[in-house]
Amino acid sequence: MHFAPILAALRRHRLATLLIAMEIALACAVLCNACFLIAARMSLMHIDSGVDESSLALIKLDCDDCNSTDLNARMMAALRAVPGVQSVAVVNTVPFSDRAGDNGVSLDREHYVAVPHFYLGGPGSAETLGLRLAEGRPFQPEDFQAGEVWVMPDTPVWITRALADKLWPGEPALGKEFWVTDKFHFRVVGVLAHLARPDPGGYRGAGAAEWSVFAPMAPGKVLKGTYVLRAAPADLARVVRDARAAAQSAAPEAVLDLKQSRAVSDLRDDFFRPSRIMAGMLVGVIVALLLVTAMGIVGLASFWVQQRRKQIGIRRAIGATKHDILRYFQTENFLIVSGGIVIGMLLAIALNLALMKFYELPRLPMFYLPVGAVVLWLLGQAAVLGPALRAASVPPVVATRSV
Amino acid sequence: MFGYYLDLAFRSLARNRVLTSLMVLAIAVGIGASMTTLTVTHLLSGDPLPGRSQHIYYPQVDAIPKNTDDKEPVDKLDYQSAVDMWRAHRADRQALVVESQLKLSDPASGTPPVMSMMLSTTADFFPMFDVPFQYGGGWSAQEDESRARVAVITDDLNQKLFAGANSVGRTLRLRNTDVRIVGVLKPWRPSPQFYTVAGGRFSNGDTADFYGKPQDVITPFFTGLEINDGSFWQFTCWSLPERMGHLQNAPCVWLSLWVQIDSPAKVADYRRFVADYAAQQKAMGRFTHAGNTRMRSLMEWLDFNGVVPADVRLQTWLSFAFLAICLFNTVGLLLAKFLRRSGEIGVRRALGASRAAVFAQCMVESGVIGLVGGLFGLLLTLLGLWLIRQQPVAYADLARLDVPMFLLTFLASLVVSLLAGVLPAYRACRVAPAWQLKTL
Repeated sequence: MHFAPILAALRRHRLATLLIAMEIALACAVLCNACFLIAARMSLMHIDSGVDESSLALIKLDCDDCNSTDLNARMMAALRAVPGVQSVAVVNTVPFSDRAGDNGVSLDREHYVAVPHFYLGGPGSAETLGLRLAEGRPFQPEDFQAGEVWVMPDTPVWITRALADKLWPGEPALGKEFWVTDKFHFRVVGVLAHLARPDPGGYRGAGAAEWSVFAPMAPGKVLKGTYVLRAAPADLARVVRDARAAAQSAAPEAVLDLKQSRAVSDLRDDFFRPSRIMAGMLVGVIVALLLVTAMGIVGLASFWVQQRRKQIGIRRAIGATKHDILRYFQTENFLIVSGGIVIGMLLAIALNLALMKFYELPRLPMFYLPVGAVVLWLLGQAAVLGPALRAASVPPVVATRSV
Repeated sequence: MFGYYLDLAFRSLARNRVLTSLMVLAIAVGIGASMTTLTVTHLLSGDPLPGRSQHIYYPQVDAIPKNTDDKEPVDKLDYQSAVDMWRAHRADRQALVVESQLKLSDPASGTPPVMSMMLSTTADFFPMFDVPFQYGGGWSAQEDESRARVAVITDDLNQKLFAGANSVGRTLRLRNTDVRIVGVLKPWRPSPQFYTVAGGRFSNGDTADFYGKPQDVITPFFTGLEINDGSFWQFTCWSLPERMGHLQNAPCVWLSLWVQIDSPAKVADYRRFVADYAAQQKAMGRFTHAGNTRMRSLMEWLDFNGVVPADVRLQTWLSFAFLAICLFNTVGLLLAKFLRRSGEIGVRRALGASRAAVFAQCMVESGVIGLVGGLFGLLLTLLGLWLIRQQPVAYADLARLDVPMFLLTFLASLVVSLLAGVLPAYRACRVAPAWQLKTL
């Protein structure tokens, strides 16, 4: 295929060519960045929370004036009695529920290194949640102490691998120590492969999604009112219903938090709903964008075909095959789209830099650019096919007509 | 002449229905997407107190010992600073603000209690923020000091508990305390809920919760602190409080102070007062630094907190990029459409039509496309806003089209289509009549 006659023809239609190329360029820039935004949200939505979501449910009560020891005892007994419940434990929160406490930690009591979330759990909570210890030791009964305001000043804890890498990059975390203010001293006795913050990707950004500390604590004044229960996944819906009723009758003076007292998988669903909606909206924008671009190509290509009917007829009369004509319009489209893609890639990078500046997004991985290019090439070819086929079917006899 | 051009435009548009509907669709989709997001941005970034916001200020002193003068002060105030500055009464009006969660019930009805949000503030809150009352009113400064057991409730709560009847004088149980209702608000939905906004700079753009509904029940500040003692949340603490939820003497910041100052001279005075207060506290050894006091106006404070959620801003930019693509698309299609009629234009020019006349005719045609596109765009905008209202976000119920945005939809689509028409119309009016006539 010779490019020279095509380029010569395009030079006579500079404006229209430029318009289509610009449309492709903008589409390329938006397409690459929107796909990247979708991918970033999707990857967060697939985060491993580190707990057995499908078999867990939360029961949460608000009771400011309850006697905490008595409340915990009543609630634990009532929840254990619900048929199907395998185990119950007191916790301060679970992933995808309310945040219970972020604290800045330091290695020298002076300079904060990270702000992880602190999970507190009573005896049996690690087993109930299904936390998987990658290294280190389980908690011993004497590790569970009841605090007056928060944890005891000296507490053995588990931390996630992600937090360990932040606090001590490249070093084994086991046995290391850190501080919250200068009063609370923590010793790492276990490292968890995964344990997501209650709001992964939310308040502290995507990088901190797994910065969690899990500390043992005896139920009491600080640790009360929030219970995690474990049941077979098939039973869970019924268990939640029964457990809610049991909680209300066991502690009538307390207010059951209906929004949080649900299966953990439902809480996860709710937590990611805005992300899902945003991703859906972005997909909608991409589809509409590609449609509009295709429409533009169809419109202009049809116009050109109609405008050049006579020339096509002449070419056909002097020996060009249908295939040649078809190929001509396809090549022409390929050239225009390629031009647009070149500008579009630069625009995509510029747009990504702007997004990085204003929305703290990561850099666009380079493989998005060739993928976006291929999509637009295919789109261009698909859009031009109809008009090109119409052009190919122009009979040679047109050349002999005057109009 | 305009009527004739309009007639020509309709004829021409009817001649090629596919191309026309492609153009109308492109404009409609572009306008629909961008007007939906623009309406949301407009609603979320508006002035919550039009006409008053320029007199409302948010004074800040920095109680955090580890901070330094070159840093921004912490977003809220500690108890002593807040109450000291409030008691000084140096502004025209001043209100302390704190919110907390508590158990609320109606002792008369015996329905199960619910957890509600309580706003605790001082008497000036209502006149300062122009809060509208349905029944009754606020409380007096004396009642602030005497810790009167009174409350103002929102229209929402009044509907829920008392079916919208005048409930002034009735009793509400807040945790374990009975309070007398002295006022019921009219439906009141400031956007954002500006008086509790703080900490936006740490929220990573996730600020949708700033647009929540006002708290169900409003009590005098000191009354609230007594009723719900032990349940107050700190904004942050620099050391552990002795009792959780009791923050009066704690090393924590958790209160906001809003002041109304009516004249610019007084604003300078108040700025000095805030700086002097911090300096005095530093001299007394309570503060470690006093050089980073601030006093932002309401709108500056909202700006500083970046209240419009990052997702919403992103959607707006995205939809405008989309509109630009639709614009390019329409330019291309109009170009095709006008130049296809080169022969007709040549005849008109040969018969004496001036270039300006041809240009005007083409622009009328683009305008018609724009208006029709705008009509469909309006429907798409309504659909888009309806979709937003179905979302589980705090501002969902705010997403409605108001009159200015309604008019802007048509204006925008008209401008877009005329903009799209300029270049093709220019090309069309440059058609050489002789050459076109020859090819006929």
